[in-house]
Amino acid sequence: MQTATQPHSHSHDHAGHDHAHHEPGFFSKYIFSTDHKIIGIQYGVSALIFLLFGFLLMLAMRYQLAYPGQPVPVVGSLLQKFLGDDLAKGGVMQADLYNSFGAMHGTIMVFLAIVPILFGAFGNYVTPLQIGAPDMAFPRLNMASFHAYFLGGVIMFASFFTPGGSARSGWTSYSPLASVTDLVNRFDGQTYWLIGMVFLITSSLLGSVNFIATIIQLRCRGMSWMRMPFFVWTQFITGFLLLLAFPPLEAAGIMQLMDNLFGSSFFLPAGLVVNGTALGVSGGGSPLLWQHLFWFLGHPEVYVLILPAIGIVAEVIANNTRKPLWGYKSMVYATMSVGFLSFIVWAHHMYLTGMGTKIATFFQTTTMMISIPSVIILTALFISLWGGSIRFNSASLFALSFLPMFGIGGLTGLPLGFNASDVYLHDSYYVIGHFHYVVAPGTMFAVFAGIYYWFPKISGRLMNETLGKIHWAGSLFFMNCVFAPMFIQGFKGMSRRMYDGGTTYFLGVDPTALSLNKMITMSAIALGLFQLPFIINFFYSIFAGKKVHSDNPWNATTMEWSTPTPPPHGNFTSEPVAYRGPYEYSVPGSKTDFTPQTQKP
Amino acid sequence: MNPLLKLVGMPEPASAHAKGIDDLIVYVHLLMAVLFLGWMLYFFYVMFRFRKGANPKADYIGARSHFSSYAEIGVALVEAVLLIGLAIPLWAKAVDNPPKPEDKPIEMQIMAQQFAWSAHFAGLDGKWGRQDIKFANSANPFGLDTADAAGKDDVSVVSEPFLLPVNRPVVALLSSMDVIHCFKVPSMRVTQDAVPGLSIPVTFTPTKIGDYTITCAQLCGSLHSTMRGAFKVVSEPDYTAWFEKKSKAGGGGGSFE
Repeated sequence: MQTATQPHSHSHDHAGHDHAHHEPGFFSKYIFSTDHKIIGIQYGVSALIFLLFGFLLMLAMRYQLAYPGQPVPVVGSLLQKFLGDDLAKGGVMQADLYNSFGAMHGTIMVFLAIVPILFGAFGNYVTPLQIGAPDMAFPRLNMASFHAYFLGGVIMFASFFTPGGSARSGWTSYSPLASVTDLVNRFDGQTYWLIGMVFLITSSLLGSVNFIATIIQLRCRGMSWMRMPFFVWTQFITGFLLLLAFPPLEAAGIMQLMDNLFGSSFFLPAGLVVNGTALGVSGGGSPLLWQHLFWFLGHPEVYVLILPAIGIVAEVIANNTRKPLWGYKSMVYATMSVGFLSFIVWAHHMYLTGMGTKIATFFQTTTMMISIPSVIILTALFISLWGGSIRFNSASLFALSFLPMFGIGGLTGLPLGFNASDVYLHDSYYVIGHFHYVVAPGTMFAVFAGIYYWFPKISGRLMNETLGKIHWAGSLFFMNCVFAPMFIQGFKGMSRRMYDGGTTYFLGVDPTALSLNKMITMSAIALGLFQLPFIINFFYSIFAGKKVHSDNPWNATTMEWSTPTPPPHGNFTSEPVAYRGPYEYSVPGSKTDFTPQTQKP
Repeated sequence: MNPLLKLVGMPEPASAHAKGIDDLIVYVHLLMAVLFLGWMLYFFYVMFRFRKGANPKADYIGARSHFSSYAEIGVALVEAVLLIGLAIPLWAKAVDNPPKPEDKPIEMQIMAQQFAWSAHFAGLDGKWGRQDIKFANSANPFGLDTADAAGKDDVSVVSEPFLLPVNRPVVALLSSMDVIHCFKVPSMRVTQDAVPGLSIPVTFTPTKIGDYTITCAQLCGSLHSTMRGAFKVVSEPDYTAWFEKKSKAGGGGGSFE
């Protein structure tokens, strides 16, 4: 059993300790807050804004794909005004602007929206509450983490307005492309991107040490490892993934910055001839080194994007089936295995860089191995439904839909994981469909489930169920209309990152593939419209939603529901103690169908 | 061609190794379909049977069967079979078994640059002309030394379609002048990155006469989407006629003087 930790022994860590004595001013409460809940909300609001922004970038790109060479409606003239004729002449998206939006859509969605919302927002807000801690272990580090994230976001956003526009070498920023895109103006969008990434990585590193320390040290009395909610387990393992995977990319980012600004050539081989003229670099570097360093982060990052999402889904499913998770322990061990294996699969992104049989065999074997614990986790969640008393509210509808959607995302990874089938599908739209199924109807559905589920704890008000269900139905339908046709386009041989939507290739080969572009674009617009009920619901419910009459409106068992609503600074009014496991629902012989962890036996 | 792949619009295979790749794609998708359909049948059944209205009191234990464990072991076994039986041997065959001399392979170089594909063959003498990076420019991507006698009859096809004979193995050394490109010919089931500073062999045997499109599958700059190349697969005599003509024209095929 973990040694008990008294909540009050940690209060000296806080900037404004003993909150009862003075009310902090606006700046110290909302800008320089060290309270994990405020920081969680800061992360959540910023990440949702970036999420919307990243989505709008994609809508502009999708318009170009469906209607190549036509002015972007509504915002076309604004694009021309702010970004200039080179990028948006006559409101028409030019190739460079397409590539720049593509790179920034990926960067923003991964590093500024999804990771911050899962780890920064839900992780920050919920983790300390679920383990009965008064705050994070290092509140000031937590604040620094948010500030680094925010600065990184500002730099990324500012890069759109630099001469030549933002980075346009993909979110993967492969050298040498990233180093030769603009040979005149070296302080270009790519430089902004690299500096922004250094801030974002620093933010994640500060966050990860904080989560690891908090979960190891600040669990309340009785909160043994196997009594931790599954969500906390996913945050714990995510913390290790970030801590171990991000430093190589931070180093690589600085090395590429040196290549671009100061003439080193870590990633540039000798003898590059760009635009017909020899590039004056010393050479001797390797473009593949960048790919190794990038994907050494890149693959664990995929699990950073999905594990906390599975954690949220597990919480919501246990609560809404009114029974314990089936196979909790195997889920924990499977998650650990996924975390470990995620560090030795990265080169499956690089099968076609000229890989020999031995290395390719190693990486596809590990890739097949990682599918096993992933299937175990998903299967355990499916089986958890058996024997339940399933309630269908907005949160649970999103959580339940996550299962088949993530299933499609995971399964379509298999033909990409076998190197021989990847030969055909590599870098095609099949890949786009695959990872979007994991992250968009996968992770994003979990995020929505989490928002509907924890909103009453944060605001003291419930979100509107009717609007929530409209949001769910529209999102589910149109997500599939957007991403399922991409598998077909991939089979037809359409490569990704094509500014012309594949016209150059397909006009001579298979023009029918192009009609799918229009359908996907229309569906994406409809998907955007179906987010309006959510946005309205969100703001309406903050101010006028139905007030909760108890601190535990969902009759849940985990500890965040044992706090006042919303939880005050320091979280718990008395020292919490965990007397039992996290999901004691429908315990035989119990009067109620839930037995909170904090309830005395 | 497998009817399932035809249904989803995959182009007709046109190379000797395509069948293996297509088979693997089909088998993996069958595994995926079985798993997904199984999950979905179970999922909708459970959501219906255990909805709150039908089952107001949840069962603390839930499922008691060990079926899922067997299913997981089954999945692992099928994956192992596909891995050991298909994926690894296919890769080894493509990478470790260069064509034998008696198969009379076509040896060639393919050079990518922003935003075009070029091909280079040793001429009728079978000897490569001297190549040096210092001669390389957009019109001479292979950096041929025009002063070298061995290169006089080399065939360079710069940014234009080239020809290949049917049913003879091709060994193409892929490289790039500037950034990473990716040589992808969907009909041939061939995809291989062209990495500057490296020369990576790619092997395939065209089996059908026709026109084929090369597309670039790696983001390579502004005009990446228009980086289209082409080659024709023709009969052996047609190829020989073309090749001799090009070679005799001299100067690396006449594309530059």
